[in-house]
Amino acid sequence: MTGFPTLLHKEVLRFWKVGFQTIAAPVMTALLYLLVFAHVMEGRVRVFDGVPYSAFLAPGLVMMAVLQNAFANSSSSLIQSKITGNIIFVLLPPLAYWEFFAAYVLAAMVRGMVVGLGVLAVVFPFVDLPVQHPLWVLAFAFAGSAILGALGVLAGIWAEKIDQLAAFSNFVIVPLTFLAGVFYSTRSLTPFWQGVSHLNPFFYMIDGFRFGFFDKSDIDPAISMGFIVICLAVVTGLTLAILRNGYKLRH
Amino acid sequence: MTVAIQIEGVSKRFGALQALQDIHLDIAEGEFFGLLGPNGAGKTTLISILAGLVRADSGKARIMGHDVREAYREARRALGVVPQELVFDPFFSVRETLQIQSGYFGMRNNGDWIDEIMLHLDLTSKANANMRSLSGGMKRRVLVAQALVHKPPVIVLDEPTAGVDVELRQGLWQFIRRLNQDGHTIVLTTHYLEEAESLCQRIAMVKQGRIVALDSTANLLKRVHHHLNLRLRTDRPMPAQLVAAAHNEASGGAVLRLHDYSDLEPTLARIREAGCVIQELELVQPDLEDVFVQLMNQ
Repeated sequence: MTGFPTLLHKEVLRFWKVGFQTIAAPVMTALLYLLVFAHVMEGRVRVFDGVPYSAFLAPGLVMMAVLQNAFANSSSSLIQSKITGNIIFVLLPPLAYWEFFAAYVLAAMVRGMVVGLGVLAVVFPFVDLPVQHPLWVLAFAFAGSAILGALGVLAGIWAEKIDQLAAFSNFVIVPLTFLAGVFYSTRSLTPFWQGVSHLNPFFYMIDGFRFGFFDKSDIDPAISMGFIVICLAVVTGLTLAILRNGYKLRH
Repeated sequence: MTVAIQIEGVSKRFGALQALQDIHLDIAEGEFFGLLGPNGAGKTTLISILAGLVRADSGKARIMGHDVREAYREARRALGVVPQELVFDPFFSVRETLQIQSGYFGMRNNGDWIDEIMLHLDLTSKANANMRSLSGGMKRRVLVAQALVHKPPVIVLDEPTAGVDVELRQGLWQFIRRLNQDGHTIVLTTHYLEEAESLCQRIAMVKQGRIVALDSTANLLKRVHHHLNLRLRTDRPMPAQLVAAAHNEASGGAVLRLHDYSDLEPTLARIREAGCVIQELELVQPDLEDVFVQLMNQ
């Protein structure tokens, strides 16, 4: 038996024990976004044909919550462990670098999924949300949360101060998710900004996830998934290489 | 002799600082071994290399015959480390902390052993208390328990009694002594030299990344047992030639080294002739601290 199941269990337990902060709070935030934006924008913005704005917005908010919380889980756990010094408890046992990676990323995916389900549950009474392709919904949620979980590991290892991690989150992760078409269809943008948006990997995650609900998207979901799989492979490869090398963990 | 810890030509540099330089050291199975040296001497770096927290630039380190890099799983299973820093995970209780640590080593259903360790370390009443609520001494005990949870044959304690009250310190040593009697190899670093003197069978003294002395505790003490220490305090500064030979103490007194008892009367006479009044006087046998001071001043 290896220590991997225990590390995964501990990482899940860690956010579960502070569920108000890690689950309930982001669900509440997403609900507020839905209520305010739907009220202000309903009928004013054209998104997909035959899809009301609030329904369009809901999957975007779900996916945004999935992505941001997956990132927050692995990154905050690592930076806290590094700052308090208790990271030593996972460095002393006979855990392989890939077990370390898998445990942190899977726990981040669990947190992303739990928050995503929570958002879905609270927005459900307010919007009429079909689920046309549940497998696409799941595939994009899994792949997206895995990428953000791995990015969280990367950022958590790189950052030496909470401030640095907050900068990474506030100036990279949050803008990329906000500008990925959560609140609008990129088709409403000028060709230049459409092109810029299509350089944002988060756009493919949200667009593909939304396709699973409405059978409509800005980009063919197979292309989006292909792009996401490449991103996942790159981020995973980079994070594994860093963990294997012992960067900032084993000096 | 079965070797529990084998260090062959280990060197480590951090930027401009040569933290360890060509360290060779074998520690036998069942030994109670002391690693002494001033702050920054390289003790913690050496322990960290054994634990896989730091990677040596060159050389090999093995725990129970397992290379710490190539066979890291076996090496880490054989090693329990009590870190110097008082670290804990604030999310969990004492029992959860120990169950999780046990699980990291692939040991499930380890409840009986966890109960036993908690009993020996007087932690049973705090089993369900959150780690945050514990005193510093209690947290230290949990760190010791965490190091023992996977029943390692080799246990390394890095300054385990720093900042710990006398009662706990004694209880802790009693427990560690018993572990040693049961066959565990113990490696200890401490600033309390009297602890090392009474516990360790063999000692390595480390200075600026090198081992400057490696011998049995008895042999190290023989190096200084040919003299006596005269510890005294006077009402005014002592004569210049005595001051030059004295070792000043933090308490304000001074220690004069005498070759034997026949040196005592002439020394006291010189102090009297200088018009000094002796306020405190004690004649003591030298201890490990003298060996330490002597080696570190060389």
